[in-house]
Amino acid sequence: MLEAREPMSAEAAEVSRPSRRGTLYRGDPGMWSWVAHRITGVLTFFFLFAHVLDTALVRVSPQAYNEIIETYKTPLVNLMEVGLVGAVLYHALNGVRVMLVDFWAKGPRYQKQMLWGILVVWLLVMVPGAYFMLVRTVTEMFGGS
Amino acid sequence: MTLALDKPRTPRRPAARRNNWELASWVFMRVSGVALLVLVLGHLLIMNILDGGVHRINWGFVAGRWSSPFWQFWDLAMLWLAEIHGGNGLRTIINDYARKDATRFWLKVLLYVSMVLILALGTFVIFTFDPNFDA
Ligand code: HEM
Repeated sequence: MLEAREPMSAEAAEVSRPSRRGTLYRGDPGMWSWVAHRITGVLTFFFLFAHVLDTALVRVSPQAYNEIIETYKTPLVNLMEVGLVGAVLYHALNGVRVMLVDFWAKGPRYQKQMLWGILVVWLLVMVPGAYFMLVRTVTEMFGGS
Repeated sequence: MTLALDKPRTPRRPAARRNNWELASWVFMRVSGVALLVLVLGHLLIMNILDGGVHRINWGFVAGRWSSPFWQFWDLAMLWLAEIHGGNGLRTIINDYARKDATRFWLKVLLYVSMVLILALGTFVIFTFDPNFDA
């Protein structure tokens, strides 16, 4: 994901040694952003498998489809949908960041700032997003009048 | 603590393979990613967030959407791009973590079979759906 290092000549290696602090990838936020990208990608792929199967019930009968879609409206599954949207949104935003690192000349230099940037955007979208996804469930559970 | 990393010993590396399959796969992940940005985020926004979200979805709602070629095409493109993008990503992950050749082989067989199944079923459903179904 981040550029691979070219093999250096012995001379170049000598010169760069004193400034090697902080250049290792392991344990850096950059590594965790990649771990999260991988996990959210796999999660979404598995959900897609289930989702094509449940949507296929529209071909069986309206009742069969309506029955399965009702389970999507129960509180627990509704909460999991917020998690799924959050996972896909992170993967999408981080995907943009990866592409900027790949193609934008200054991308590698600003990769860390872009990581904080996408996390802020994620939060700004998820707060109202989670609200709209959960209002109905929450009012039905606790606001019952 | 300093971590010693070996430099590659040989100054000359074998020439890249003529066949640039992995480059094509790398490019595809990025091109499909850009398209999925609109297709998937738009889908989630419409289905889960706007106008009551999941609570307004039922068979009639789907029938209304799929009576329009625009949404049929949207969903078809999203199905193919997401399945191949995600499947290709999973192929990379299997290559990274499978240790034995046999494990890697069988995991990929499972992956490819599931991809063909999902693409075939999803495409079939979009093309043969009948909004005037009588129960
Ligand atoms: C919404 C827009 C999306 C964007 C912008 C996007 C972007 C990307 C990019 C650029 C990569 C390549 C990363 C690399 O080569 O290092 C990638 C990998 C991946 N994506 Fe997506 N993606 C999107 C949606 C999806 C969806 C819907 C799925 C699941 C069906 C998915 C599953 C994966 C997987 C499994 C990987 C491989 C991760 C890895 O190798 O570590 N992505 N994505």
